[in-house]
Amino acid sequence: MRHLLSINDIDKDFAITILDTAHEMARVSEGAVKKLPTLRGKTVVNLFAEDSTRTRISFEAAAKRLSADVINFTAKGSSISKGESLKDTAQTLQALGADAVVIRHPASGAAHQLARGKWISGTVINAGDGTHEHPSQALLDAFTIRKHLRGGKGDLSGVEVAIVGDILHSRVARSNVLLLTKLGAKVTLVAPPTLIPPQAQAWPVTISYDFNSVLPHMDAIIMLRIQQERMSDLYFPSEREYSSLFGIDTERLALTKPHSILMHPGPMNRGLEISAEAADSPQSVVVEQVANGVSIRMAILYLFIAGSQESSNE
Amino acid sequence: MSESILIKGASIVGGDVKDVLIVDGVIAEISTSITSPEAVVISAKDLVLLPGFVDLHTHLREPGRENSETIATGSLAAARGGYVAVSAMANTLPVADTAAIVEQVSSIGKSVGLVDVFPIGAVTKGLAGEELADLASMAHSKARVRVFSDDGNCVSDPLLMRRALEYVKQFDGVIAQHAQDPRLTEGAQMNEGVIASTLGLKGWPAVAEESIIARDILLANTVGSKLHICHVTTKGGVEIIRWAKAQGMKVTAEVTPHHLLLTDVTAESYDPIFKVNPPLRTADDVEALRAALADGTIDIIGTDHAPHPVESKECEWQSAAFGMVGLETAFSILYSTLIKSGRISWARAAEVMSSAPAAIANYENHGRPISVGEPANLTLVNPAGVMVVDRAALASKSKNTPFHGMEFAGTVVATIFNGAITHKVGL
Repeated sequence: MRHLLSINDIDKDFAITILDTAHEMARVSEGAVKKLPTLRGKTVVNLFAEDSTRTRISFEAAAKRLSADVINFTAKGSSISKGESLKDTAQTLQALGADAVVIRHPASGAAHQLARGKWISGTVINAGDGTHEHPSQALLDAFTIRKHLRGGKGDLSGVEVAIVGDILHSRVARSNVLLLTKLGAKVTLVAPPTLIPPQAQAWPVTISYDFNSVLPHMDAIIMLRIQQERMSDLYFPSEREYSSLFGIDTERLALTKPHSILMHPGPMNRGLEISAEAADSPQSVVVEQVANGVSIRMAILYLFIAGSQESSNE
Repeated sequence: MSESILIKGASIVGGDVKDVLIVDGVIAEISTSITSPEAVVISAKDLVLLPGFVDLHTHLREPGRENSETIATGSLAAARGGYVAVSAMANTLPVADTAAIVEQVSSIGKSVGLVDVFPIGAVTKGLAGEELADLASMAHSKARVRVFSDDGNCVSDPLLMRRALEYVKQFDGVIAQHAQDPRLTEGAQMNEGVIASTLGLKGWPAVAEESIIARDILLANTVGSKLHICHVTTKGGVEIIRWAKAQGMKVTAEVTPHHLLLTDVTAESYDPIFKVNPPLRTADDVEALRAALADGTIDIIGTDHAPHPVESKECEWQSAAFGMVGLETAFSILYSTLIKSGRISWARAAEVMSSAPAAIANYENHGRPISVGEPANLTLVNPAGVMVVDRAALASKSKNTPFHGMEFAGTVVATIFNGAITHKVGL
């Protein structure tokens, strides 16, 4: 059984296959009938133990466009606060006959445990686990970058990408570091030192505390959401100071290359890490990222569910 | 119950091969050839006889958490691991912070009768780190407590730690510190480093351990008290203790078998069986700990045997309990990592497993030399033995061993406690 738990589960060739497949899927979404029969008779369960309307509806739309039956299992905090274990939840899903489980969970590693616990037989797709990884977000980011900067083909060799903000707590950053570097891009992490993970120097990235000096070299800039509670945890002194050093606005946008794109996984804190003008600027591809998210998730579901079926029939 | 036991042809602490006759709980004779028709004979060809093992760091869970372990099941696990004495940590329910609780634990230990169960008293009431527990009452109780620890929690308040160190001097007590700065480890899940950063698990920095070790060594020397550092895990901690000992400062330190073997790489499985406090560190740290045990910087092996029920480990890493069982595997890990290669001698092994912990805790009748007239607390090991760890076969009530399926050289084949055989296998 093939699972998508981490970007480490896919090699460069397969990552490009996912991007190419998503390109085909995008055409379906643009057509009059936005539906393929590919996953007819398959059941996809969206197991969301954490609030995330965006990712859930994106996976739901993707599964429905592939004609799968979709069950939404929204169990916010159930395993931790109500005492139901992940194992019991998994066994419930197994009883429902899930061919694939898309899991979003507040605990890092929850998707791994679901896949390796031998509690379920279906494919597990990690839709974000704690502060660990969010592979489908990285794939949609790579897809968006490739479309704008590489004509929607091949890899990302030579592309310069900055990921800016709360790297420490970001699963989007972790998956993007793995995927973008795998595809040949050069990644620079930009954040105050308190929000850079310990020993991240060992990652294949450049680390900078100086946003302005990085901006002129970038082809793509991924802004990360900064959560209000980080301030009380002493990561930075004030919103104003954070915003002035690490937020993007039109003045900073003016330092970038004209062709560069501005990205954000959402939801945005307008006025904190991104100004309203920057978010709505021509360089911003934030809305397009959402559309690309559906195409990428269609590609993932297709390749991992239908793909697993074919290989198990061999 | 008294019986005569004749151990035939054992290598005494890895040296001369002798026969050892035990009568009425005491070593009665040691010579090249003894015959004793009424004695139970143990044929010990190619086996090594050591002073019975003493654990200074054991969680027996009774009272209050009998679903994990009881004094009876823990005592059996200890006997199987070659132990004749264990030290029951205070984090029970209720906490062992009064004379009544420590006497209860001691008394249940005696009635089980497989090992000496020495209760460790809490340093602070309820392990809350706010007020001193009734330290002298516990010391003067029938349980005669000499070791005090809030293990699981660090006594982080420097003034409270100073007072505890001073206070226990009146009965020659020792404070065993769980060195973990609480503020630096809020929500911490595993060793801080590139693996934790990549896994998205909150890191537990080495400095959180080392800063407390340094502070407490200085405090203990300021007031002239006995300090024992529980489960040292970092290279930096080892360096601080080495420095302190070189200055002539009084401190003793312990390392667990699991920290001598496993590293934070194990967390990549996200299997909470590897979740432990303090956390598994890096290969560099493991090497530093081995070197420190060999050169005397670290004094003893303490198991930190920490039983947990299945449901506490069969869950998300961040929700899982810290800890692993270790009584039954301790010797085999020590043998495989350090004795077999000759890095530590049998004499040093006898120190770290028996005489040094007994001396730190003032346990009379334990850690004694193997000679005539001494109490018969002995452990017989087989260097050629092989242990394949099977969690289902553990005597401990909990099965949370990280070593399941692993193969180790060196096995415990018999344990003799006060002249009675408490464990014997394949003899």
